[in-house]
Amino acid sequence: MSVNFMIHCFRLKGFNIVLDVHTGGVHIVDDITYEMLENISLPLDDDCKKEVIEKLKCKYTTDELEECFDEIVELYNDGILFSEDDYEKFADYAVASPVKAMCVHIAHDCNLRCKYCFASTGDFGEGRKLMDLDTGKAAIDFLLEKSGDRKNLELDFFGGEPLMNFDVVKEIVKYARSKEKEFGKTFRFTITTNGLLLSDDKIDFINKEMSNVVLSIDGRKEVNDRMRVRVDGSGSYDSIIDKYKALVSKRDKSKDYYVRGTYTKYNLDFSNDVIHLYECGFDQVSVEPVMGNEKESYAITEDDMDKIYEEYDILVDKLSEIKEKGGFCNFFHFMLDLNQGPCAIKRLRGCGSGNEYVAVTPDGDIYPCHQFVGIEKFKMGNLHEKTFNMDIKNMFAKTHIYAKDDCKVCWAKFYCSGGCNANNYIYEGDILKAHKLSCKIQRKRLECAILMNIKKELEKQL
Amino acid sequence: MKHIKTINKANLKNTAAKGGCGNCQASCQSACKTSCTVANQKCEKDA
Repeated sequence: MSVNFMIHCFRLKGFNIVLDVHTGGVHIVDDITYEMLENISLPLDDDCKKEVIEKLKCKYTTDELEECFDEIVELYNDGILFSEDDYEKFADYAVASPVKAMCVHIAHDCNLRCKYCFASTGDFGEGRKLMDLDTGKAAIDFLLEKSGDRKNLELDFFGGEPLMNFDVVKEIVKYARSKEKEFGKTFRFTITTNGLLLSDDKIDFINKEMSNVVLSIDGRKEVNDRMRVRVDGSGSYDSIIDKYKALVSKRDKSKDYYVRGTYTKYNLDFSNDVIHLYECGFDQVSVEPVMGNEKESYAITEDDMDKIYEEYDILVDKLSEIKEKGGFCNFFHFMLDLNQGPCAIKRLRGCGSGNEYVAVTPDGDIYPCHQFVGIEKFKMGNLHEKTFNMDIKNMFAKTHIYAKDDCKVCWAKFYCSGGCNANNYIYEGDILKAHKLSCKIQRKRLECAILMNIKKELEKQL
Repeated sequence: MKHIKTINKANLKNTAAKGGCGNCQASCQSACKTSCTVANQKCEKDA
């Protein structure tokens, strides 16, 4: 099929689903139309009609087939099926943007030794250290200076474990808030924590100041405690679960939170972990595949794909069952708004790493994102030295989907937007080369997400 | 239509011309940190 138009047809849970890639149009079709779409190619002229009817008339009547063909042509004429790819021209607008989001590595140290940690158990291979307040203030000043006309500035306190340096977190928040009015900006803070050091005071501060909080936990106790262990090897589940419950119960509903887990080869039945977290009282859940060297025993490999696909299907059933019983559980990777998602320009540009989003280390070093930290060739500059390499920034600005050969011909391109540049580099050796394993999982999740949203839309119409 | 039901507005193309304001959340700032999903972000134009 030409890349100038693209549809993606898939069957899931009794639905025949057709996605028109370039308009985002989602259609459900009957069996006959599904088969016709599988056997059709443009142009939709008399020859095409004749050919496809000839091919399928052993199974269906000519009248039915003609009816279907005419409906397909109608959607084509309406521009919502086999629509043209006319986005590449917008890719030229992918230039260096203001920096509006920052991952602040407030602590390159951690009180856990999670076995799958991409940060080398917290220090990113750079030695254990905490960020001082001067560096934190310099990070705020950098963001204020580089954010141009962007009003909303995002700052994620990340680690290591941010609660190991919480006094500095509080001071940075105070400093940033003191600048909001003067600069006409709004800071949105997020903190990602393993929960061990949560106390009532910290919970209150987080719930007051952080627009989002990410609470790390892998699900069932035995699953969590296999990977998320302390220095002495003991598990962390019992020390955090009640703290997370307390934080969430006290949190204003208008603010975001996620309990966020990682699944590995050891728990490919991860739908049980999602449900466990739901049953613990959490309704905002993210459980994601581990990223790691294939040689590690916990690593997900090609051989696990069938089981993973099956597990997402099971998760769809379990989440649907919760809904039918009047419950609610939002699974992060099934979140999708088929009518009002982000604009096409955002989807073209991708995650924004190295361009509108950067990470800073305790030493003030600047990297394209948290996952690039410690990779010398991607170091963009330093806050104290007031250096910022625009060549690297411009390079990342160009990492849009039309710069990625695998992505521009992929039906999922407007949903994942070219994937994770860091995973591309770490596992495929090139920021422009899609990480195949991630893509496979992403596509499956998207099919499930589209199905869940179809169900939602159909319910609305009842 | 008898054979096809269209579920959504299919309006992605319309968003290209007036898009790109940059006010929406950076996609990795929510809960990912190890993957990338842009389509689950909210549009915050004029927000």
